[in-house]
Amino acid sequence: MSNVPEDLRYTESHEWVALQEDGTVRVGITDYAQQQLGDLVYVELPEVGQNFVSGAECAVVESVKSASDLYMPVSGEIVSVNEELADSPELINQDPYGQGWIFEVQPTDPGELDGLLDADGYRELIEGEAG
Amino acid sequence: MLIFNHSRPGRRTAAHLAPEVPIDLPAGLLRDGDPPLPQVSELQVVRHYTRLSQKNFSIDTHFYPLGSCTMKYNPKVCGQLALLPGFQTRHPERPARFSQGFLACLCELQGMLAEITGMKEVALSPMAGAQGELAGMLMFRAYHHARDDRERREVLVPDAAHGTNPASAVMAGFQVREIPTDRHGDVDLDALRRAVGPHTAGIMLTNPSTLGVFERHIAEINGIVHAAGGLSYYDGANLNAILGRVRPGEMGFDVMHLNLHKTFATPHGGGGPGAGPVAAGERLAPFLPVPMVGRGESGYDWLVERHRPQSIGRLTTWAGNAAVLLRAYVYLRILGAEGLGRVADHAVLNANYLLAALKERGFTPAFPDRRATHEFLITLKPELEQTGVNARDFAKRLLDYGFHAPTTYFPLLVPECFLIEPTETESREELDAFAEAMHLIRREAQHNPEKLHTAPHKLPVRRVDEVRAAREPDLAWRPR
Amino acid sequence: MLARIGVASIDELFDEIPAGLRSDRPLQLPPAMNEAAVSRLMLERSLGDTPLLCFAGGGAYEHHVPATVWELAGRGEFYTAYTPYQAEASQGTMQVIYEYQSMMCQLLAMEVSNASLYDGATALAEAILMAVRANRRSRSRRVLLPRNIHPVYRQVARTLVTAQELELVEVPFDPATGLLDPQTVAAMAGEECAAVVIPQPDYFGGIEPVDELVRAVAPSGALVVGLVNPLAMALLRPPGQWGGAEGVDIACGEAQSLGLPLSSGGPYLGFLCCRERHVRQMPGRLVGRTVDDEGQPAFALTLQAREQHIRRSRATSNICTNQGLMMTAATIHMALMGGAGLRRAAAASHRATVELVEALTSLPGVEPLFDRLFFHETVLRLPLPPARVLEALEGHGILGGIDLSRAYPELGDALLVCATELRTGEDIESYRCALGRVLEQAA
Repeated sequence: MSNVPEDLRYTESHEWVALQEDGTVRVGITDYAQQQLGDLVYVELPEVGQNFVSGAECAVVESVKSASDLYMPVSGEIVSVNEELADSPELINQDPYGQGWIFEVQPTDPGELDGLLDADGYRELIEGEAG
Repeated sequence: MLIFNHSRPGRRTAAHLAPEVPIDLPAGLLRDGDPPLPQVSELQVVRHYTRLSQKNFSIDTHFYPLGSCTMKYNPKVCGQLALLPGFQTRHPERPARFSQGFLACLCELQGMLAEITGMKEVALSPMAGAQGELAGMLMFRAYHHARDDRERREVLVPDAAHGTNPASAVMAGFQVREIPTDRHGDVDLDALRRAVGPHTAGIMLTNPSTLGVFERHIAEINGIVHAAGGLSYYDGANLNAILGRVRPGEMGFDVMHLNLHKTFATPHGGGGPGAGPVAAGERLAPFLPVPMVGRGESGYDWLVERHRPQSIGRLTTWAGNAAVLLRAYVYLRILGAEGLGRVADHAVLNANYLLAALKERGFTPAFPDRRATHEFLITLKPELEQTGVNARDFAKRLLDYGFHAPTTYFPLLVPECFLIEPTETESREELDAFAEAMHLIRREAQHNPEKLHTAPHKLPVRRVDEVRAAREPDLAWRPR
Repeated sequence: MLARIGVASIDELFDEIPAGLRSDRPLQLPPAMNEAAVSRLMLERSLGDTPLLCFAGGGAYEHHVPATVWELAGRGEFYTAYTPYQAEASQGTMQVIYEYQSMMCQLLAMEVSNASLYDGATALAEAILMAVRANRRSRSRRVLLPRNIHPVYRQVARTLVTAQELELVEVPFDPATGLLDPQTVAAMAGEECAAVVIPQPDYFGGIEPVDELVRAVAPSGALVVGLVNPLAMALLRPPGQWGGAEGVDIACGEAQSLGLPLSSGGPYLGFLCCRERHVRQMPGRLVGRTVDDEGQPAFALTLQAREQHIRRSRATSNICTNQGLMMTAATIHMALMGGAGLRRAAAASHRATVELVEALTSLPGVEPLFDRLFFHETVLRLPLPPARVLEALEGHGILGGIDLSRAYPELGDALLVCATELRTGEDIESYRCALGRVLEQAA
């Protein structure tokens, strides 16, 4: 079974989103997503300072035989990226909600977070996909 | 052990060497010392590469039912005659009047391929299927631009298509829109109708499709695309299945490529070379790439830009993979029309026979109500659910049984799939043996799944760590 | 077999093809021939064209190929294998690719090589597309492409890249030397461009001032693509070392001179090498060394997420089938020749061309067109239109070179001539005598 922490928000494209105290949001891919992709071998990170609208492709995670886009969960500017992933993409497999975070965004409209799924909603989504 | 590990300073075979000559070039231009390539004897080279060759599966040694790749036996005479000294030593800049024999072969090959495909004209130069596709897409573009119809920027591609199709369309400057497949394996016509419009440049299709079935609505599909002002491209990857039965030109296609290395007698060479001649009907023929070959009063000659002013231009330095073209020519002369018909008949017979043999043993076809074409899809999802053994494990265990694995996990639409293409050159006994091996492997899956998870067991290496290869790329040996 | 399938005839197996589409007549093809008859036909066709002593180059060179090369490359286990998608059943092919990648990196002093592209022209086009993707500092889609690069390479590049809205800007050459001028290149590169292509040698055979050229490009931030003859790189400084330790970003070209027959222009071998930092923008296959489950060395296709079978419309290229067998032959050729063997073939070719030029320019009205050093090819000015001269030489059994007057009308009656290590003093003397007679008869 996949781990779906209660305190996070989720997208239908399997990103998780955590609102942090300073108002930025941290983004990664869910435990379910990393299981589906298998061993990750490379992460193409966005650049700090880049702006994306929500839904835009902003990063890529690669396994041996697949490449999957990450979509921006909320509009905003990239303020930080997880440099560790350049050498250790396996952190996403090992600890998707912790050391495997991918980037942080300063959202232009924090209200956009309310439109994302909560843990129950995401659990329902992945049960539907697995079924 | 790498060839570099055999190297010892100063070792070489004198007979290969040009005489040592004084160099009159300034030292500043020269390389600092010889390139650090291996220094080995001829015998060491012979043993090393012979031993490496023995680590391969190949048509000459194994049944190789790799779906969508048409791994059939190619008569040795085709290769031998393509390499006759007169052809092999011909410099590409040799003038046409001293190249009549060579040009005659190419010109006749153009004509034979036009006849086989039901198209008007053929250009032989594209060097592989993907380059043929790119030529076709550039021809789409040139046609629409010639009519000043520049808003047609979208190419439709079925979701089951080869990856080269969308990649080629993008290289030609188009955007790609995927069209879904219905549950019988045909293109979803309603989705197609919704997708076409004034932005549609055209569609790319394989028929038989990559799902191993004949697209029954092909005439309607081409009708819908044409009515919207689009063009249709035929990916000739699966032509082996329909030779002499139905011609792409008659299915309504405007342009197509042929994979000479699949259908017409060039072995795959461990990855290439191939040849991807392009055939076009009335509307698109003027845009074919140059050079082509024509025949005039003074004999055969090259047709270049000045003869073909609407051509998309050149894709190759010279006439493409000439020696591959000569192989195809020889093959077609040996077969004739009747032999070519037999190719498709036996390819389809073998595929349907192997499908029947696998069904008898309880394997699950992906499209149970459909005929196999030259290939077919089975799904190993039931086996996975029962035993935890997946298609990859099955594939690796087949290697232990001395069979190259079929294509796995393609197309993505069918879970845990095997795309199986036995080709016309395999005997019935070989097909029976393959079906029996599949049966035995399933028994092993039920009793000893671990053995399959860790397969292969009898090959030069055990299962290869592809994750490490990608995470820590080691792409070249370096001296110390 | 039909009974087991449950049909009465083979025709029934085709019943899903709508009746209206089926061909209603047999194909109109020449009647079938047996092996003996087709062998005779092909032998006649191959012998029908008189042999010509070859002094033509222009991207296709007649070098010695040791018998062992094709004896080994032609083994069925290499020749009739598919692309190595099943790693465990393809270790032979994969190790050959890995050795090829390693040898090309050694020869060119580069860090990464792919497993081959189609030919030199398409390798150049792919290198240009790659350089534009890889240059993240520049948004420009302009690429500088010198006029002294093979004219057909430039046409192919144009066919292949213009649909992607790249602009290829022609860099002129110095009319006195045929070479690129570093100052001109610096000025053109300064006007915002993504990449600059530098040939070595150029199409005229000239040895370019590559160090100065690379340094001239550097301030602009444009990437440098070296287009090289790999055999020449056994003698001349390789692209990875041009302009100091930095070298070029991408090296590409045609590797026919590494063990492949002339064969009417194909199949040949396109190659592409790059710096490690650009590898994810590279087109084509790559093999990596890794281990198997027991920790033994093994090889695998790697970084495949760049390729069409995974990335589809967003792949770095549409290439799938490549020139695997030619790559195998080139690997074996390099192993047999070694670094010294390649250098000696390159040096002997250079020497032969020096002698050829001395011999031919001893004739009245024949002179070197450019004042500069060359590798194994150069341009002569003739007192007559080259087309006429070449035709007359063919009557003497000589393929005298390549007429440049169509591709380079500004050069006048210019002929591109080449001699490899296979051209003996006698061959050169025959050419001189024949040309002498041709010119005399015309006078």
